[in-house]
Amino acid sequence: MDAELIAMQLFSGVALGAILIMVALGLSIIFGMLGVVNFAHGALFMVGAYAGLWVASLTGSFWWGLLIAPLAIGAFGMAIEFLLIRPLYKRSVDDPLLLTFGLGYVLVEAVRIVFGSDGIPFETPALLSGVADLGIGFFPVYRLFVVGVVAAVLVLLWLFLEKTKYGLIVRAGARDPLIMRVLGVDIGRVWLMVFGLGIGLTALGGVLAAPMRNVSPEMGALVLAEAFVVTVIGGMGSLIGAVVAGLLVGVAVSMTALFAPEMATIVMFALMALVLLVRPQGLFGRAVAGH
Amino acid sequence: MTTMINSRFPSPSRRTVLMAAGASLVAAPWVANAQGADTVRIGFPTPLTGPFAAEARDQVRSAELAVKLINDKGGVAGRKVELLVRDDKLNAGEAATRTLELIEKDKAHAIVGALSSAVQLAVNEVTRARGVIYVSISQSDTINEVKDFSRFTFHEALNPHMTTAAVAKHTFKRGSKVAYLVADYAYGHEMLRGFKRAQAALGAESVGEILHPFGAPDYSTFMPRLRAMRPDILCIANFGRDQANSIKQAVDFGMNRNARIVVPVLLHNQRLAIGPDAFAGVVGGANYYWGLEQSIPSAKAFNDAFRAAHGGAVPTDYGAYGFTGVYSLLLAMQAAGGTDTDKVVAALEELKYDVAKGAQSYRKCDHQSMQSVLVLESKKRADMKGDADLFNVLATEPASETMLRTCSELGFPA
Amino acid sequence: MTSQSSPLPVMAAAAARPAGLVATLTAWRVPLTILALCLLPWVLPSKALAVNVLIYGLIAVGYNLLFGYTGLLSFGHAAFFGAGAYATGIAIGQFGLPWFVAVALGVVFGGALAVVIGLLSIRTRGIYFSMVTLALSQLVYYAALQASSWTGGENGLRGFTVAKISLFGVAVDFLNPVAKYYVLMIFAALALWLVSRILNSPFGAAIEAIRENETRARACGYDVERTKLLSFTLSGLICALAGTMSALHLAIVPLDTLHYHTSGMIVMMTLLGGAGSFFGPFVGALAFLLMEDVISLWTSHWQIVVGSVFILFVLFLPKGIWGTALSWRAGR
Repeated sequence: MDAELIAMQLFSGVALGAILIMVALGLSIIFGMLGVVNFAHGALFMVGAYAGLWVASLTGSFWWGLLIAPLAIGAFGMAIEFLLIRPLYKRSVDDPLLLTFGLGYVLVEAVRIVFGSDGIPFETPALLSGVADLGIGFFPVYRLFVVGVVAAVLVLLWLFLEKTKYGLIVRAGARDPLIMRVLGVDIGRVWLMVFGLGIGLTALGGVLAAPMRNVSPEMGALVLAEAFVVTVIGGMGSLIGAVVAGLLVGVAVSMTALFAPEMATIVMFALMALVLLVRPQGLFGRAVAGH
Repeated sequence: MTTMINSRFPSPSRRTVLMAAGASLVAAPWVANAQGADTVRIGFPTPLTGPFAAEARDQVRSAELAVKLINDKGGVAGRKVELLVRDDKLNAGEAATRTLELIEKDKAHAIVGALSSAVQLAVNEVTRARGVIYVSISQSDTINEVKDFSRFTFHEALNPHMTTAAVAKHTFKRGSKVAYLVADYAYGHEMLRGFKRAQAALGAESVGEILHPFGAPDYSTFMPRLRAMRPDILCIANFGRDQANSIKQAVDFGMNRNARIVVPVLLHNQRLAIGPDAFAGVVGGANYYWGLEQSIPSAKAFNDAFRAAHGGAVPTDYGAYGFTGVYSLLLAMQAAGGTDTDKVVAALEELKYDVAKGAQSYRKCDHQSMQSVLVLESKKRADMKGDADLFNVLATEPASETMLRTCSELGFPA
Repeated sequence: MTSQSSPLPVMAAAAARPAGLVATLTAWRVPLTILALCLLPWVLPSKALAVNVLIYGLIAVGYNLLFGYTGLLSFGHAAFFGAGAYATGIAIGQFGLPWFVAVALGVVFGGALAVVIGLLSIRTRGIYFSMVTLALSQLVYYAALQASSWTGGENGLRGFTVAKISLFGVAVDFLNPVAKYYVLMIFAALALWLVSRILNSPFGAAIEAIRENETRARACGYDVERTKLLSFTLSGLICALAGTMSALHLAIVPLDTLHYHTSGMIVMMTLLGGAGSFFGPFVGALAFLLMEDVISLWTSHWQIVVGSVFILFVLFLPKGIWGTALSWRAGR
């Protein structure tokens, strides 16, 4: 086992982590701000991939798909919040969870009806196809691009939350919605926006994943499980937690793939169970009694 | 009247009934045997929902075609044949329940179907205990072994042992360096076993094997190690979406530059789902490809009948299983003069049939269908003459018992 | 809550004049459920479906003990269902044990697993509890996938068909769907009677107190952790019993039994019928399975209907079918 292979394996793990982060971010933001566990997150990831595919086939360009699909699905997410989730805020935390569970079923089947159950090909854009020589080994250019996009999104998100007035409101709203209401902030609008943002992020993840994977109605189911693992390990609602846990899980999976490949999936759940038992609120989560 | 899900355009009267809260749909199955004692009823569980819905749809279309062709020629001993399609949801428990219903309520005379090893073994367990004939059309080595053997079960599909032997014969050479990426479950292990056996016989060399978790969406973390093995041949032994994802990602990592990608079964629908570029040059086995019509008359007849029924579409590999499975069963019923189980089993054991792909017959000990195995190569985009022009037929391994494990190896008394 | 009744049914019915029917139903809930179960195979489209309703109804009742009455949303109950089924199948198929021993083993094994997972998970609260149970049950799933020499892995466990059983000296043809239904119904009836007794006991009052307000329950002197663990274990035991029944019914144990989709389905059934009511979960299982059975005969897109119905229930009928019917009666 040479050093080059281990370095390459580490890098693959980080790249895989970038994809995991993309999916977990939205889940974590929505839980952190709204207290909603979105079980339809994986389905919306898949809807994002199909939307990107559809826009790309209409315009003939991957780039339009990458730009328009997340915005459109983000807007769709806002509609979901407004019509379905909003009536449940006064109820138990279980209710939005159960509703989105049902919504996941509906979305998957709706896509089957519209696009069929067969997968649909999504070619890697010509500009980004091929492999790059990293010195330690070869890596697909497209995956490097995805890592870049995820890094850019993280920076933008950080700037938005830390440096803008809206970001301040969002952060404060997550801490104490009641005070915000007293201060005259329309918290409903903030939540609407946050939900849309979270869904837009997962849709972006879907479009980014489409050229690497088979675009099919079931592609969201596994993603949902992975996103949960990452979010729970990082601490539900913590953005920095999602980033650290995404990288941690990516590297753990990659290293397992090197030494005990058949355990590569089980290691995620083992890691999650371990973290939960030692530190139930996750690595970066705030300890909250109930919610 | 029996309700059937496969009718894509319900008649107006049925639709009206459905509007009335579907009450009569429940009512129809209530009246046991209302379908009349004189029809021959074939139960057909298949995963109409889930990741193999496209394959299942092809299976249903082709099975319906077989029933129609037999009925047009007078049915079985003057009795009309009826196909009872049920959704098994690719879930073994669901499949067992549907099979129990088909046997207990619908009084099915035989069952044909299944599209996964687990579902097939579940249906086999239910039919074996109740002495009902089952024609299995899903690939597996397990069903051939004596532990799961049922006197009433016939295995129409290929098994991994056959496909790997045929594919290896036309791709492995003396001194070839072969790396394996294998799904970590029974079917994956069976394919690996088949390949390694062929590899030893052909004098090729294994440079390493990686077991990946069943159903994994991302294979990037396996690629550096596979590349470090420096293989001439990369054998990817998995199925369905796993196959599609792993081939696509192997190509993304440039694995196909120095190595040839080889799979045990090249799937028509997965090739359509991923597109020609990732699959170009991939070699794999198959039970059927419509291009056989150039050399085999029965394939031409099957394709033409299918085209006529489905607006020019061609049948796929798994569709052909639905056709040959139902057709061989009905031929045996015709020979037996009815549905008497022992007579039909005896007739199936004696049957020589050629309905879509050349000569076939069931081996006596394990009831495996001895049939040809095609070795296909996926075409480049530039070489395709149409949307359905997917593969070159590299070779056709003729039906022969030498391609199967021997009866004693499977545990049957000599 | 109307589910608590006094030990004397007739007096309870008399005392609760305004909602007389509801009180009567509550008092006579076990005999009434058993009567309904006796009729079930003759009103449903098939006997196999009736057995499934029996099995999933029982799981939902067991799950409801934890979710509806104790207020803990577990996403891992597939583990206990599957453990019961696998233990039964392995006991018969690999050790050749008689079926009733296998059933007992299945229940014990599933119960033991529930103690372990319960011990690990009840320390966490709210959504974290759901996540821990989900993660631990997924570990059980992967363990069963890997241990294929015991479980048959992805192919599922098979080779333990019980064709004939001897019940108190009487030979019963277990392949006969009607006979099979009524034998399994005896187990379900016993379990229902047990659950009813539990709910009427001081323990039943304790778990509801925890659901309503954990802090207050603690202040009242309840040992919250022990009560939760006991509730978790009892709930797991009943799911394990349902698992052993499923193994006997289908004569296979599919790996999917352990998947979190099964856990999700259990939650959906319980909620559809009405969490926190005695009849609710059974009604939910019946409605869910009947809906799936009928709609999947009509269209392969049955999931869109099931999902929509579920959304509508969460939005407009959060008490479920039975809970809504009860409050509608009581409200008149």
